[in-house]
Amino acid sequence: MSDTRFTKDHEWISVAGDIGTIGISDHAQHALGDIVFVELPEIGRHLAQGAEAAVVESVKAASEVYSPASGEVIAINQAIADQPGLVNEGAEGAAWFFKIRLSDPAELAGLMDRATYDGYLKTLE
Amino acid sequence: MNESESPLLTTPLDALHRRLGGKMVPFAGYAMPVQYSAGIMTEHLHTRAKASLFDVSHMGQVEIRGEGCARWLETLVPGEIQGLGVGKTRYTVFTNDQGGILDDLMVSKLAEDHLFVVINAACKAADFAHMQARLGGKVDLRLIGDRALVALQGPKAAEAMARVAPGALDMTFMTIREIDIAGIACLATRSGYTGEDGWEISVPAGRAEDLVQTLLALPDVMPAGLGARDSLRLEAGLCLYGSDIDAATTPVEANLSWIMNKRRRAEGGFPGADVIQKQLAEGPARLRIGIQPLGRAPARAHTEITDAAGNRLGEICSGGFGPSADRPIAMGYVPRAFAAIGTRLTLMVRGKPLDAEVAALPFVPHRYVKG
Repeated sequence: MSDTRFTKDHEWISVAGDIGTIGISDHAQHALGDIVFVELPEIGRHLAQGAEAAVVESVKAASEVYSPASGEVIAINQAIADQPGLVNEGAEGAAWFFKIRLSDPAELAGLMDRATYDGYLKTLE
Repeated sequence: MNESESPLLTTPLDALHRRLGGKMVPFAGYAMPVQYSAGIMTEHLHTRAKASLFDVSHMGQVEIRGEGCARWLETLVPGEIQGLGVGKTRYTVFTNDQGGILDDLMVSKLAEDHLFVVINAACKAADFAHMQARLGGKVDLRLIGDRALVALQGPKAAEAMARVAPGALDMTFMTIREIDIAGIACLATRSGYTGEDGWEISVPAGRAEDLVQTLLALPDVMPAGLGARDSLRLEAGLCLYGSDIDAATTPVEANLSWIMNKRRRAEGGFPGADVIQKQLAEGPARLRIGIQPLGRAPARAHTEITDAAGNRLGEICSGGFGPSADRPIAMGYVPRAFAAIGTRLTLMVRGKPLDAEVAALPFVPHRYVKG
């Protein structure tokens, strides 16, 4: 269950086999406020770890979403492109952004687990 | 300008903002609430549906007194001030010698020898120095430092005012009156920056929190921050100084020629009049327009505008998502030949060309209560 890992930029990645599902954290959606637009990567695109993969926009501003790991995009969540407000409701669940086939699972070791991420959020307060 | 270099100024409502859960951000040297816990979207929609209370105390309030003060102020602005009736308010701009806009302002006439002026926070020191340099010794100038300024905006603003200042309902759009609100001596204009009916209320700093708490306790009134104020004014097609208008932009280019009446256009007598009169006669090279992105992606300030062939036309000056319009909206500058409503434009957003067209302003109809 706790195979979800987090980045300092507030993305999460949940891994099952060699597939990683990626989204933004609940902290991120809350900080952004009401989300009005989501742009997702094209299926088949190869993303390097840390590459700009998606865009999420609130009334006030646009933010990039970076890929927490390297891999090829194999699925996108069209529901959040159609209804961006879903991200505010289920950022760490139903409102995932995209899935990749991991090309280097070893990269995940450099990401934070839930407890470490929660501790990191406290340092930002 | 690095806002972190000096400690932020606070408004007389700072403690209340923090108690109300305001998310405080630096703005023009002040700590201001960008939103409260409801969030920008809710605050915006509430303003259009009910009524919101904004703290705009960071803005500058100036008193100009003395015989001929309207005539003297006209030497700095292209608007009709001498002919402005007592009790009336007018929007105008300070121009520079090139016809560029130094700031936009609201001028109210309390008496033939007494004007009340509201200027932008980021410009107030420069504006006041400009007025002192040009008008000092001719009129009395006072930058008011002991008053707060709050705006009550929205279709339910009148019902709220009816409970605390019934006389305020006799006022029409763009008028000013000294009026007691909930027993507090205030100076109110029926005006605002949202496109909605409402009042901007100048109140002694020491009574500001009492006034705001009284207003917030009324039915349908919620606090709203600068985030909602910005999306509301963009939907209303109103200019933000520093984004949509600046020292390199004339009122004619900014599509603000309506602020100049026949007499001022003919007589001139304000800084940059030669440039502005030439543009009025010949048409400006570029114009501020409304822009409707045709997709769902917002196009933010400084987004490049091109024609279909990719030739640069200009850029977006304000852009984002309009919560009431329920779509992305923007304003920008393009050559006059591309300014007609319906003209196809291309916006370069993150390297991708997106379709857009020139749209009528405002994006959401104004609902002022006119006389």
